[in-house]
Amino acid sequence: MITPGLVLIQLLNGLQFGITLFLFTAGLTLVLGIMNFMNLAHASLYMVGAYYAVALGSWAGYFVAGVLLALPATYVTAMAVEWLVFKNLYQRHHLDQVLVTFGLIMIFNEAVRMIWGTAGLYVTVPEFLSGTVRLGAGALYPVYRVVIIVVGCAVAVGLYLVIRYSRIGMLVRAGADKPEMVEAVGIDIRSLFRAVVAFGAALAALAGALTGPLFSVEPGMGDSILILALVTIVIGGIGSIRGSFFAALIVGVVDAMGRTFLPKFFASYLAPPVADAMGPATGSVLIYLLMIGILLAKPEGLFPVKVR
Amino acid sequence: MNIRSIAALTLLGVVAALPATAADKVKVGFVSTLSGPQALLGKHQQDGFMLAMKELGNKLGGLPAEVTINDDQFKPDVARQLTDKLVKQEHVDVVTGLLFSNVLLAMYNPIVDSKTILISSNAGASQVAGKMCSPYFFSSAWQTDQAPGAVGQYVTKTGAKKVFIIASNYQAGQDAANGFKRQFKGQIVGEVFPPLSQPDFSAEISQIAATRPDAVFAFIAGSPAINFVKQYAASGLKKDIPLYSAFTVYGPYLDTIGDAALGSRSAAFWTPDTDNPASKRFVEAFRKEYGYVPSNISAQAYESAKIIDAAVAQIKGKVEDRDAFVKALENVKFDSIRGSFHYGKNHFPVQSFYATEVSRLPDGKLIEANKGLLVKDDVDPYAAECAMK
Repeated sequence: MITPGLVLIQLLNGLQFGITLFLFTAGLTLVLGIMNFMNLAHASLYMVGAYYAVALGSWAGYFVAGVLLALPATYVTAMAVEWLVFKNLYQRHHLDQVLVTFGLIMIFNEAVRMIWGTAGLYVTVPEFLSGTVRLGAGALYPVYRVVIIVVGCAVAVGLYLVIRYSRIGMLVRAGADKPEMVEAVGIDIRSLFRAVVAFGAALAALAGALTGPLFSVEPGMGDSILILALVTIVIGGIGSIRGSFFAALIVGVVDAMGRTFLPKFFASYLAPPVADAMGPATGSVLIYLLMIGILLAKPEGLFPVKVR
Repeated sequence: MNIRSIAALTLLGVVAALPATAADKVKVGFVSTLSGPQALLGKHQQDGFMLAMKELGNKLGGLPAEVTINDDQFKPDVARQLTDKLVKQEHVDVVTGLLFSNVLLAMYNPIVDSKTILISSNAGASQVAGKMCSPYFFSSAWQTDQAPGAVGQYVTKTGAKKVFIIASNYQAGQDAANGFKRQFKGQIVGEVFPPLSQPDFSAEISQIAATRPDAVFAFIAGSPAINFVKQYAASGLKKDIPLYSAFTVYGPYLDTIGDAALGSRSAAFWTPDTDNPASKRFVEAFRKEYGYVPSNISAQAYESAKIIDAAVAQIKGKVEDRDAFVKALENVKFDSIRGSFHYGKNHFPVQSFYATEVSRLPDGKLIEANKGLLVKDDVDPYAAECAMK
């Protein structure tokens, strides 16, 4: 049964997932677009951010404090990893970068296991965020998911303003275009790159920390979102923040809608056992079909960064 | 006689002496999932088994017991290798533990074919209860369909007419849904089968909200169950649409789910508040030893050790006489936390199921509390397919 309430809720669910995906993807697409560096370990920093939020939140006694403290903590961690590992990889082939950063994923997963154990950690949403809001058509929606959407949109707008209008943003864009020129006018391009990596990691940490109360915080939690993030980057255009914002929302909404309405669609044409099997399978394939379609129409993605 | 023949004779003597030494002890291979996201369940199982071993002074039926702890990692292929190690190298007399049906099925044939006793203290796949039943297999738990079936009766009793089913998309999930439907007398208004490791159930929960059923029946395997229950509570539906489940909102997860679990209903053969001396002793000893309330998984593992102990004592330690061992197990007598205990023809316990509801103990701990008898002396639906008498 398809009701307006169900469509509305699924739309919000898609938005909420899309926003989370955007927070994750923003750093990844910047690093890939600007430094031509394929950083799979981004998924680990997302996970580490979520763990920091849990640990620091229980230390401080406030969930919100945990989320806020997780950002600088992940920023510092990412700085350290950049200094130890990434900086040696910028001049290497993508294959080398993928191999090393994939290895880092395993190291991070194992380290997290050793520190916090194999079982997932669970966070409870604080009282003032735990209610539900009444949408039209008798549908209820958790306040906390609304908060994620609002926070994510605010960060997206802030990010756009910073890159577009601030001095740092100007340097980042200039560094992407002509790194030699930026260096020639006396800017340390290395530390600029390091800051971009760490800032992107902090955004991923925000995504991890915010989703902690929805799911469990567990080793390897970033691995599945990494795949979707790569799809998002391809759809949105490599290096484009604006592109990854819209692509993430599209992926989120298509995924949420597909998972709910495709099985119903099949159920009205096919026998129940076949529809049961077809629905979930095609639901998860849908975003990849979408990616293929968009690539055929626009090989550079929806919002390609202007040609240098 | 030269030195070589003396050496050969000595060797022969050693070999001849081997069976005699083997009968001086009982070798038990304990297999459970001790790493990965499901390790919490493995801990409950191991703690239950080890508490019994401690109470028995590390002896089974008077013989010293040699217990090895093995981790199946929730992977059937790893379990298969473990089987070879336990059966062919270590020549254990009994394999016990076993959390998940897919792991049990991977180990089942090589173990029972080698006439090694296999006592599952959790997994209860339908095949093993039915066509594949074996004299060497016993369960100290239940068959997977039984609790969902009892929940079906529970929901029917409350007068609910329309039910929405959500179950993990794998064998046990389908079995649970079918088990429920077999016993529920009413209308199924919706059915969804989300993938096994899906963490976000928002899509399914909004469908429940749109369908407005009288009740929800859930079977979500493993730790995603925690996400589901918390998200269901957060959606605000819990007040109007009560949540019924099987192996989803239960013992091992109650602490982590927290208040979101309160009021959730299920069915079980045993709850920690069961009122008989053996059960009270067990719960008290367990809480003292490990500091948490035992779940049904701990209880089943605890009883598996008690079952082996009683049977080995019955045959006076002659564990190598497998037929006598099986006979003793079939008629095993021990002081069970279930009040009474006896096996059906497919070697699953014939036992009663009770309605349960998650409630708070005076000291703040959450438990599944007993809310009265649902089904007396339940026999699983596959027993009829088992060819044993």
